[in-house]
Amino acid sequence: MAKTFDVAVTGGGVVGLAILRRFAMAGLDCVLLERGNDILSGASKGNSALLHTGFDAPPGSLELACMQAGHAEYLAIRERLNLPLVRSGALVVAWSEAERDRLGAIIDQAHANGVADVRPVNPAELGRMEPNLSPGATGAVLVPGEHIIDPWSAPLAYAHQALAHGAEILRRAEVTGGEFAAGLWTLSSLAGTVRARLVINAAGNFGDRVETILRPSPFTIHPRRGQFVVFDKPAAHLVSAIILPVPTERTKGVVLFRTAFGNLAIGPTAEDVDEREVAATDTQTLNRLRERALAMLPALEGVGVNAVYAGLRPATQFKDYVIEAVVPERWITVAGIRSTGLTAALGIACHVEGLYARHFGELPSPPAPIWTPVPNLTEGLPRPYMQGGEIVCHCEWVTRAEIDAALAGPLAAGGLDGLKRRTRAMMGRCQGFNCAAHVEAIFREAQRGAP
Amino acid sequence: MERRDVVIVGGGPAGLSAALRLSQLGIGSVSVLEREPSAGGIPRHCGHLGFGWQSHRRIWTGPQFAARLRHDVEGLDVRTAHTVLGIDGDRLKVQNTDGVFELAAARILLATGTRETPRAPRFVGGTRPTGVMTTGALQAHVYLHHHKPFSRPVIIGSEWVAFSALLTCRHMGIRPVMMIEARDRISAPWPGGLAAGLLFGVRVRTRTRLVAISGRDQVDAVELECDGRTECISCDGVILSGEFVPEASLLANRPDAMLAGNVHGAVKTSGLCWREGREAAERIARGEA
Ligand SMILES: Cc1cc2nc3c(=O)[nH]c(=O)nc-3n(C[C@H](O)[C@H](O)[C@H](O)COP(=O)(O)OP(=O)(O)OC[C@H]3O[C@@H](n4cnc5c(N)ncnc54)[C@H](O)[C@@H]3O)c2cc1C
Ligand SMILES: Cc1cc2nc3c(=O)[nH]c(=O)nc-3n(C[C@H](O)[C@H](O)[C@H](O)COP(=O)(O)OP(=O)(O)OC[C@H]3O[C@@H](n4cnc5c(N)ncnc54)[C@H](O)[C@@H]3O)c2cc1C
Repeated sequence: MAKTFDVAVTGGGVVGLAILRRFAMAGLDCVLLERGNDILSGASKGNSALLHTGFDAPPGSLELACMQAGHAEYLAIRERLNLPLVRSGALVVAWSEAERDRLGAIIDQAHANGVADVRPVNPAELGRMEPNLSPGATGAVLVPGEHIIDPWSAPLAYAHQALAHGAEILRRAEVTGGEFAAGLWTLSSLAGTVRARLVINAAGNFGDRVETILRPSPFTIHPRRGQFVVFDKPAAHLVSAIILPVPTERTKGVVLFRTAFGNLAIGPTAEDVDEREVAATDTQTLNRLRERALAMLPALEGVGVNAVYAGLRPATQFKDYVIEAVVPERWITVAGIRSTGLTAALGIACHVEGLYARHFGELPSPPAPIWTPVPNLTEGLPRPYMQGGEIVCHCEWVTRAEIDAALAGPLAAGGLDGLKRRTRAMMGRCQGFNCAAHVEAIFREAQRGAP
Repeated sequence: MERRDVVIVGGGPAGLSAALRLSQLGIGSVSVLEREPSAGGIPRHCGHLGFGWQSHRRIWTGPQFAARLRHDVEGLDVRTAHTVLGIDGDRLKVQNTDGVFELAAARILLATGTRETPRAPRFVGGTRPTGVMTTGALQAHVYLHHHKPFSRPVIIGSEWVAFSALLTCRHMGIRPVMMIEARDRISAPWPGGLAAGLLFGVRVRTRTRLVAISGRDQVDAVELECDGRTECISCDGVILSGEFVPEASLLANRPDAMLAGNVHGAVKTSGLCWREGREAAERIARGEA
């Protein structure tokens, strides 16, 4: 293989894609290798889709810095990429005296973290803000800057922008090994050999395995699973803000939140698991989540469940992110982006670019940015069906043209899951009772025509 | 804005028979709005026999029945590829190839049918491989797209629709491994267990619950629970049958709308739904609705 890339990113999750975008837009020659049949095959496919402020992040941490930079950059670029934003705000709700006593510390930490608009809310005001919330709350904290986004379209937009700037994305391209010699990496992957002057390890739940290509991994991934239950659309108007519990040492706890697609969801749990790849759900936990949601929001009774899912957080033994440059071997590790990576990705990319400039040389002067708006799937912005066309998925009102578009181009959906994430087809209340056979037939047809 | 005396939402057996009856009774302007490219409803993809007796005194396959229903309403205003997005008072928000528009109706009849409960709300545990589907989706794969999604599925449930699943499997050369039912006995009124065993050679297990599904890409096994014992059965698909839920989202802003057919709740045969459509039309004609 003749070509030598400036940068090879391992892992097409939201973090890898944001890094790819950043370096491609800086004018470097970049490639990304993803193990799955599509981007977003790992932690990034199942999260809560919240754009955090960092109000509760550890003070002074790299995580906090990256979250805040990521939050700001998302707001700055989202319109040009046609990405949604639901400015819901969040309420940390205390349900006992003991929890109420901890609200003051939450406000202090938020202010120390630079989130100045965080303020207390008394039970009467909470009742006016969220009239459907069950009575019994002892107090709350309002965090206006916590928002809801589309967890898949954002990284997809980063990928498209990287492609527009000349990057390459290889799928079904698990990196299996590598050699470093004379300042050059030769990576072996299931899609062939790739040569690059720098490797960035952003392999999520497999980060420690990929790290062993370079060295005995200084960190170990201990995946932490989170399960969710998604309710049907009539539930979404029952709450306005994201309802957070008072966190414990271990986890931010189970959150009740609207989705950008107009549903209401509850989750995630925090369970240590050995499995790195497939996130399973279990009946008992799903029942508990549903009961929890009903306890907080009695009016949910009778509203159907549309979907359940789980995600695996790439946690390590360390609390903070593990991001470091190994200068002699021209390698950057980006690992342990556990539970805030959707928010922080753009900030992480910026930080990694800084490491590059510091250790591996100046970046070329960047070309003018090319903006690659993605199709909108959310309720807050216009959707294609409003302009007409043939609706294929009747629950989510997905048109044939949207499905065809998701199956075309350099980043065509690599599987049915990828097609769902790009269009929302089959993600509604009937879960494919009406349209699955049709959508899958369209998919098979496209696969047959694909090179 | 266009105004109609009656708008029927849904062009399945119930909606089409209501339209036919209204025209026979000379009721003014009536439109049927059907979101699919072709009217006929669920029978369009029930490729086996079992349709037509109550309405036409014939025994047809579903597609034959659907074709006959379409024939019966030829000349009437049946608008296919028209999706009703919402109803507010007497106004319907409708989508078609050209965009979204509003339509006013003095009377609205909802005949939007029903759907089977898919995997998610059943809270079945495990991973999410392909090969898990409702009977309706299986039928659409088999009869509309000639696609065989698996070859050794487990069938969950024993309402009559599970027997429709058996017929569909047989048509495609699919050999179900087992049929399981959580209750003490087969739900279908028919001597169903006998039929499953004798006609299809499929083992039926009652008091057995589906706990989890496993597999990475395609289903490779299910975990079942019976009297507190769990057991793994190897298979490559799961058919989730029955547990019907009305397709009633349009009722949100119009809870008093008139209903006909399966949108009513308990699932009925197509013949009964056809009759309900006819009766609804007669009530409308008598000014009762
Ligand atoms: C339950 C849950 C809820 C969350 N909620 C939020 C939230 O509300 N807000 C928020 O900001 N964040 C949230 N997160 C966190 C966020 O989802 C993660 O931080 C983020 O997805 C991590 O992205 P990543 O790119 O590092 O990892 P991943 O998405 O796992 O990407 C790594 C990729 O590398 C690939 N890969 C692995 N090995 C190889 C190899 N050898 N060769 C090639 N490719 C390889 C994988 O297939 C994968 O696609 C949540 C996470 C979970 C699990
Ligand atoms: C798998 C399966 C097998 C069956 N086998 C048999 C059998 O062997 N014999 C038998 O007698 N019965 C059988 N039935 C039952 C029979 O199909 C139904 O009872 C009958 O079709 C119900 O008629 P319906 O008009 O109420 O609803 P449906 O047939 O479901 O028709 C509803 C119509 O409304 C349309 N619609 C819904 N929402 C909208 C909207 N918002 N805008 C526009 N249009 C909309 C739908 O597209 C659909 O065409 C079976 C059912 C299933 C699911």
